[in-house]
Amino acid sequence: MRRANIIKLVTLVLLVAAAVALSIKPLVDPVKGILLGLDLRGGVHLVLQAEPNKNGTPITNDDMDKAKAIISKRVNDLGVSEPIVQTDYDKKRMVIDLAGVTDPDKAVDILKTTAKLTFRDPQGNVVLEGDELKDAKGDQGQNQGYVVNLTFSSDGAKKFGDLTTKYIGQKIGIYLDDKLLTNPTVNTPILNGQAEITGYETLDDAANNAVLMRSGSLPVSMSIAEKRQVGASLGIDSLHRSINAGLYGLIFIFLFMLVFYRLPGVVADFSLIVYGLIVLWVFWMFRVVLTLPGIAGFILSIGMAVDFNIIIYERVKEEVRAGKSLRAGVEAGFSRAFITVIDAHVTTFIAAMTLYYFGSGSIRGFALTLGVGIIASLFTAITFTRFVLRLIVGISAKIKTTWFGVRREV
Amino acid sequence: MEKGHPATYDEVKKIHPLYFNIVKKRYWWFGISILLIIPGIISLFMQGLNLGIDFKGGTMLDVAFQKAVTQTAITDTMKSVGLDGSVQLSNENTSALIRTEALEEAKRNELLTALQTKVGDYNKETLKEDKVGPAMGQELTRNAFLALGIAMGLMIAYISFRFQFVFAISAIIALLHDVLVVVGLFSLFRWQIDASFVAAILTIFGYSINDTVIIFDRIRENEAKMRRTDSYEDMVDKSVWQTMRRSVNTVITVLIALFSVYILGGESTKVFSLAMIIGVFCGAYSSIFIASQILVEIKRHMKNPRKGGKAVRA
Repeated sequence: MRRANIIKLVTLVLLVAAAVALSIKPLVDPVKGILLGLDLRGGVHLVLQAEPNKNGTPITNDDMDKAKAIISKRVNDLGVSEPIVQTDYDKKRMVIDLAGVTDPDKAVDILKTTAKLTFRDPQGNVVLEGDELKDAKGDQGQNQGYVVNLTFSSDGAKKFGDLTTKYIGQKIGIYLDDKLLTNPTVNTPILNGQAEITGYETLDDAANNAVLMRSGSLPVSMSIAEKRQVGASLGIDSLHRSINAGLYGLIFIFLFMLVFYRLPGVVADFSLIVYGLIVLWVFWMFRVVLTLPGIAGFILSIGMAVDFNIIIYERVKEEVRAGKSLRAGVEAGFSRAFITVIDAHVTTFIAAMTLYYFGSGSIRGFALTLGVGIIASLFTAITFTRFVLRLIVGISAKIKTTWFGVRREV
Repeated sequence: MEKGHPATYDEVKKIHPLYFNIVKKRYWWFGISILLIIPGIISLFMQGLNLGIDFKGGTMLDVAFQKAVTQTAITDTMKSVGLDGSVQLSNENTSALIRTEALEEAKRNELLTALQTKVGDYNKETLKEDKVGPAMGQELTRNAFLALGIAMGLMIAYISFRFQFVFAISAIIALLHDVLVVVGLFSLFRWQIDASFVAAILTIFGYSINDTVIIFDRIRENEAKMRRTDSYEDMVDKSVWQTMRRSVNTVITVLIALFSVYILGGESTKVFSLAMIIGVFCGAYSSIFIASQILVEIKRHMKNPRKGGKAVRA
């Protein structure tokens, strides 16, 4: 009994140590590790508000979808690793998070342009507007390579017919704002409104170009309702500061528990490590983006996670003082403390959930880490802490109660 | 092994070297809290809160210049592009925190270029910018009140379900007490608040009620074991002292965590951690000295009239 417990304990310690050692690398991996928010590595957070149409027609969800498609396309062109583009249909808003973007100024510049598709003659004069284009699709060419098929409205077909007649043998440029998308040469006059642009290397190229032509201009005009921009080195600085804060907080909490609760204090510190690992892996698994308030929430949740241990130990002390054996005391303490902790944590959880539901941006990150922390601390306590405590009190019936901080003088 | 008996009131008194009767002195605690809250409330009515751009809308630029700069140089530059606002220098006059109206992109770029040419080179890598449109600010305020209201409703429901309605009311009064102290102090000292302040207040909500529930849980347990001759006051006093160690130790660990964030965590989490430190401290205080005592007070008033108005002597 006694030896078996000691072996189990030692194995457990080694297992946790191994888990910590093996976790560090995958968790902090810059690509596959825990995602860092833009406040920790620089970037821009934008909230774009769709302005009501001037003629009074309401903005439809379809408009928002189109706008999102266009903005997503532009965002992807920026080469940001994991951009976030979300639409809020109720409030007609779009939230864009570009973490780690190298030149935030340029990014904002590209996003806010109300891209407009135009056809221009060889001299660069606008000869046809993008709204005359009904559809554009990427497809396989008849001979070889890939093509974009254009379909014009009846009005556009007539204009395009005139154009292609006039500029036969010359180039008509297709522009998105001032950016040249493609510059095809007119081979024959196109009078039926069905044009084909040839010469794409891959289907993807053709399809991408088609998307831009099709959805060229934003269907609604957007204004920047909120913008938060953080320089890259400022973000890294914040990250280091928060890690520092977390580290010192942890060390002092460890010491406090050790001095105050002795043997169970060690168990508590040990449980805290397991707790921290669980939370971080949950973040990793669900691709939770860690933000500055998120880290603050995590550090705070460490402080609260210890609470469970404190409640249990105080209860165990009481039971032992009342004359129970350590073993009986641990069992009784646990089952009684569990009810207490459930009630207390549910109420805190209510607050975290309301915060998550009503909060925006950074507040949500905080609420999420707090919520995950509460569940993880409950889980750690009822599985890990209890298991370890049982092992310890099972080692010997004569284990000193003073190790549990109990003076049996009453 | 002898079968233990639950600790008696006298035993509980003996274990704690600093024991004093908390319940008997409850009017003192009420008085202290009122003294704490009233200046804050007056300040709230007189000068309100120092709202940051998250609430009012506006643009805030945190610019780190290569060399020391002067306040007037920046204000003059702002005026030259037609802008008003406040400038706050720090870090040996190399960092400037500029607050002004919500700027359009064009205006913002104009200002930054002007700063570059007229005031001096700044580090683009550490530039921090926050722009909040006025509509967004109003929404934040509205959502904050909504969130507080709903959280409060849910908590009352949960505590009434698990305990009694009286417990829920006492807990909520203690909660409001904590929030008033924090908000009052922020108003009194004109500390500027941002969106994270809302998060802090709601977390204080969650934390303070957590603290209260732990004590109430003990009261609930002891109440069930009460004998006819026991007084409610003594039972509550015993419960408060039985959970005293836990209350104190937990508040210490949470404060350790918060102080490390406050001291080491950098500028942007300062408001949050300061509000939390005050709130957590208050929450621990109010759970012991306010929530439990209000419970005693309500229970006493509930009992007396029911017994036909006759004076009851134990």
